[in-house]
Amino acid sequence: MEAIAENTAKVDNMIDTKKDVQNNSPESADLSNLETVGIPFSDNAKMSMRDVDVFYGDKQAIHGVGLDIGQNEVLAMIGPSGCGKSTFLRCLNRMNDTIDICKVTGSLQLEGQDIYDPKLDVVPLRARVGMVFQKPNPFPKSIYDNVAYGPRIHGLVSRRAELDEIVETSLQRAGLWNEVKDRLHAPGTGLSGGQQQRLCIARTIAVSPEVILMDEPCSALDPIATAKIEELIAELSENFTIAIVTHSMQQAARVSNRTAYFHLGKLVEVNETEKVFTNPDHSLTEAYITGRFG
Amino acid sequence: MFLGLLVCFEIRQTLTEGFAKRTQRLPKSSDDNQENFWRIMDTSTLIATLALLIAAAYVMGRGRSMELADTSQGGFRNLNSLPFYYGMLTALWCGIPSLFLVGVWMTMDTSVIDMLLIKQLPEEVAAMPKSELGLVLNTIKNLAEGNMLGSAPEPYMAQAADSLKRLTQTSQMAMTVLAICLGMLLAVFSWFRISPEQKARLQVEGAFKAILLACSCLAILTTVGIVFSVIFESMRFFQSVPVSEFVFGLHWSPQMAIRADQVGGSGAFGAIPLFVGTLLISVIALIVAVPTGLMAAIYLSEYATAKVRSIVKPMLEVLAGIPTVVYGFFAALTVAPLIKDSGTSAIDFLNIQFEFLNIQMSISSESALAAGLVMGVMIIPFVSSLSDDVINAVPQSLRDGSLGLGSTQSETIKQVVIPAALPGIVGGVLLAASRAIGETMIVVMAAGLAANLTANPMESVTTVTVQIVTLLVGDQEFDSPKTLSAFALGLMLFIVTLALNYLALHVVRKYREQYD
Repeated sequence: MEAIAENTAKVDNMIDTKKDVQNNSPESADLSNLETVGIPFSDNAKMSMRDVDVFYGDKQAIHGVGLDIGQNEVLAMIGPSGCGKSTFLRCLNRMNDTIDICKVTGSLQLEGQDIYDPKLDVVPLRARVGMVFQKPNPFPKSIYDNVAYGPRIHGLVSRRAELDEIVETSLQRAGLWNEVKDRLHAPGTGLSGGQQQRLCIARTIAVSPEVILMDEPCSALDPIATAKIEELIAELSENFTIAIVTHSMQQAARVSNRTAYFHLGKLVEVNETEKVFTNPDHSLTEAYITGRFG
Repeated sequence: MFLGLLVCFEIRQTLTEGFAKRTQRLPKSSDDNQENFWRIMDTSTLIATLALLIAAAYVMGRGRSMELADTSQGGFRNLNSLPFYYGMLTALWCGIPSLFLVGVWMTMDTSVIDMLLIKQLPEEVAAMPKSELGLVLNTIKNLAEGNMLGSAPEPYMAQAADSLKRLTQTSQMAMTVLAICLGMLLAVFSWFRISPEQKARLQVEGAFKAILLACSCLAILTTVGIVFSVIFESMRFFQSVPVSEFVFGLHWSPQMAIRADQVGGSGAFGAIPLFVGTLLISVIALIVAVPTGLMAAIYLSEYATAKVRSIVKPMLEVLAGIPTVVYGFFAALTVAPLIKDSGTSAIDFLNIQFEFLNIQMSISSESALAAGLVMGVMIIPFVSSLSDDVINAVPQSLRDGSLGLGSTQSETIKQVVIPAALPGIVGGVLLAASRAIGETMIVVMAAGLAANLTANPMESVTTVTVQIVTLLVGDQEFDSPKTLSAFALGLMLFIVTLALNYLALHVVRKYREQYD
């Protein structure tokens, strides 16, 4: 609690918030002047977002979020349901474009390039920033065709042998090769849930993205499949930059370098993962990770 | 409750008065008032009366149960069921048996009266063969109704007509009295049985279950009946024409000599030209409908905004609501002449420009193309509406997955959405196809009646359904092979559409399993 007390001096509304934490009702805290505490920015940023607001029609879902994702970093985003972490993640490769009423403002850059520039073509952006979804969503095609889908539509290969190689390496890196190498032409929907999710990861890395966004990739999986995916994330971080949204705090603690805590559409705290889970700077973060709400 | 009693009393009053009048005046058989009364008391009035009785029974049953509940001082809790159910039970007792009686009586009385009438006829008339006897009975009936006859009736006929009048009247009277008495009797019986312990709710629900079952049985029995009648008639046809000739024969010309001395074709019953014609027109229709419908569905489900969709989709479905006869004269009066004119001028143009071609082709004013095109427009909504539904059923997560890999919207549609929706789309197309095969009106008007065995869409062809119509509107006897062949065609068509429907349902069901 002393660490929190130090930080309250810096932030205007902290006294109110602390009171609320003590009253066990932090949801009612006045967040209008909240500023992000910790280290949201990075010197070696792959993606950098400033003052991001997201609206669904008249409703504002994200309020002025500023955050960097460092090169080859695993950034975890945690927070109670409806706090906007998935919405924020989906802004990073413009998946929110598919929702008509969704409007994004602010500056979002991938290596210095504005990704919401109206002149920018969204197709190569999504090839560079891949996404893995909450529910495994293999296409109703064979395992091979699922992985080959991306390379094919982007014209990455000209010969069958090259495609075979990409499929094999992608499946190997997703840790699925040994399980499916004998039935590459069986339907992808016939795999188990965990295998399907690894197939989706293989499908994503087959187009060699630079950033992989993962939206609660393990929420539909059992603990063993989850452990495999977490292992995979650790390996993938050698080559990719990863942003992962998760409801499991243990998972965030296990896989990430930095953790961002979202609350009611605002970014409350970003810090080294270890610090967030042992000694958070903000009382709201502490309340969340100690299970007082959320 | 009092109202119910009052209504019931009123009805009883009127009825008894009516009966009283009737009985008083019975000896005067030609009394105008009496005849008027029985004319008014026809079946529809009887049913209206029964409806009133049923309503009264409901009100009284409900009232009695409420009374019983009050006297036992515990309110409705003492009743086994809510008052509504006691009312319903009384109403059902009153209504079902009496309505059933009316139904049975009405189906039976004609034949019973005929039988009684024949007994009264002179012996030599009664001994006549069945068809001639039927003719005599018809004359008598016409006489009884006061219709004009071609020739003066024989005396025994006038006599029979009188007795027919009397019999009909007696039957109507007996039915009315019996039905109303039965209804009232059972209503009163059920009314007395009402007690707080009676399980009215269970009984009413059981009765409704039985009514529902009866309704579904009715539909099934009708289907079975139709199928069997078609099968039996077809078997009679196949006695005179071998199955192999019918199924594989290449020539269709059902004209047969009616009399032995008549000069006429011996009749050829090869169904192949008809099925080829049907196939040709259906294929043209599908060539029009499938791409158009599918693309419309893709636009509606993937690209159109909610507002556009809410306007366009119902408008497309209006196409399905246009009567086929309207499509028919559109095809015959607008499309067919257009095809003939433009086709003829195109051939002229080619022959003038390239003399060596020397195309010798005439374009019929009744062409398979015209019928197929218009039929294609007609079945567009089948394809588009069903495809739109299955495309919408493809999970958004699949689209997200594809878009998230950096594919464009059109790539996503072509590579992911359509393949995932394909089984459902195929189901929709098959349903549209069976609709096209069964379509008659457009073809009658636009494609003609000539059974040509051809694959040229510019020629006149005919289809199975059209032939069935022409065979049955003729003036041949009903047991000649010409008329019977209609049943055989119907049977074949039934088998084909049944197979297509089964296939479509099977495909659609398989598709459902994939996502649920």
